[in-house]
Amino acid sequence: MTHYSAFSLFKQALGGNKGWSRAWRDATPKPSYDVIIIGGGGHGLATAYYLAKNHGITNVAVIEKGYIGGGNTGRNTTIVRSNYMIDGNTNFYEHSLKLWEGMSRDLNFNVMYSPRGQINLAHSPAQMDAAARRGNIMRMNGIDAELLSREDLKKRIPILDYSDTARFPIMGGLWQSRAGTARHDAVAWGYARGASDRGVDIIQGCEVTGYLWDRGRIVGVETTRGEIKAKKVGMAVAGHTSHMARKAGLTLPIETHILQAFVTEAIKPVIDCVVSFGAVHFYISQSDKGGLVMGGDLDGHNSYGQRGDLPIVEEGMAAAKALVPLVSRLQLVRHWAGVMDMSMDGSPIMCKSPVEGLYINGGWCYGGFKATPASGWCYAHTIANDAPHKLNEKFTLDRFRRGYQLDEKGMGPTPWAH
Amino acid sequence: MLRIACPYCGERDYIEFLYAGDAAREMPALSDTDIDRWTDFVFFRDDPKGEHAEYWQHQHGCRQWLKVIRDTVTHRVISVTPAIEAGLQADEDKVEVA
Repeated sequence: MTHYSAFSLFKQALGGNKGWSRAWRDATPKPSYDVIIIGGGGHGLATAYYLAKNHGITNVAVIEKGYIGGGNTGRNTTIVRSNYMIDGNTNFYEHSLKLWEGMSRDLNFNVMYSPRGQINLAHSPAQMDAAARRGNIMRMNGIDAELLSREDLKKRIPILDYSDTARFPIMGGLWQSRAGTARHDAVAWGYARGASDRGVDIIQGCEVTGYLWDRGRIVGVETTRGEIKAKKVGMAVAGHTSHMARKAGLTLPIETHILQAFVTEAIKPVIDCVVSFGAVHFYISQSDKGGLVMGGDLDGHNSYGQRGDLPIVEEGMAAAKALVPLVSRLQLVRHWAGVMDMSMDGSPIMCKSPVEGLYINGGWCYGGFKATPASGWCYAHTIANDAPHKLNEKFTLDRFRRGYQLDEKGMGPTPWAH
Repeated sequence: MLRIACPYCGERDYIEFLYAGDAAREMPALSDTDIDRWTDFVFFRDDPKGEHAEYWQHQHGCRQWLKVIRDTVTHRVISVTPAIEAGLQADEDKVEVA
């Protein structure tokens, strides 16, 4: 593997860029591994990377039915932040943000983490109170948060609608300056390269079709490229967690839903941070290429379809127009949908499964991308030690039975409303 | 656009309907105190990739509750029946009120 540096760039340029090696090995499956991770998205690759780096477990395979970066990792709106307030979520997402801050250096791969800041807008006195409360909880946990007034926002983000006729007047908002965006594909590629370099086999185009059993214990997987044995099998297949769990005889507190995202034509820079609307579910940022990247609500009915319907396009664009009036002059050039594991309390599940030998990492709802590094970090710990890391000890499956749901939004078990 | 053929009003866009989720679950009797059966009912879902039984209410039409079988991959609606005919009985489990 070529170490990426200014020097290597210069050297390869002199050689006509013909000397670059593959970023990761295209491995063929071995008969057995210590750990198999199902799913070569960001979470699965990060898990393999930290299994090797933090725990010295390198006899690992990541098995991906498609190609690296072709699933939800490449279908999100690339936002990273840590403005959570429920104990169990707060420090997990803050650890994740800290890992984002050092990721490019750690992986020797530019993931284009851009701490451009994120604002959650407030449109009523009650929302300002809620923002202040959230900000206080964050600050007491050592996380940066700043309550901004309408006047602050007018100076900082002039493009929003501050007029008297605004449908939802902006009163202020909660600002996190270390939040921002990262290049989603680069995260998958960076972790794949780092894991492969430490001995992990990354096997693409190989679908797991079932599990291998021995006396009630899972001892490997059946795939489209044959049987592969493993001491431990971890799933990291958010969007298909229910589907893969069912093959192991498990039912989960998860429904699968589709979430759409939208990109406009490229324009000059107008929004230099991430803005979340407080009146309806909608958020917007601008990519480095210039397109406005937007997202909002789920389509709202169970689906594995990876494509969205038109009413949500209309709803999203109405929200965009209400918040940033200039979008009415822009063309939408792309919209797509990703498949979400919507858990019953809006928080993830990461633990040993009730089946010996199988581990679950799913239920990320819309929040999986920002969680990528901490998810890998904690899942690797859980698999290596057969016990959760302190940061994911509340993401258990039995919290629903025990009444310890982590319901950040207070919605109850209506997963399409989280 | 996903379209649902309401047995009372005819085929309409899905935005006229309120989605109310999985219709395959069975609510335990209100007198049942078993925590596992209630946990299963409240939180756990089969979440099939394929045919899914679900409730929709024709909120902007006849306001009737419907049981719809729909494919969660193709979004094809396979059948629509009035929930009352499909066996949804709110008053089946009578509770003694002191």
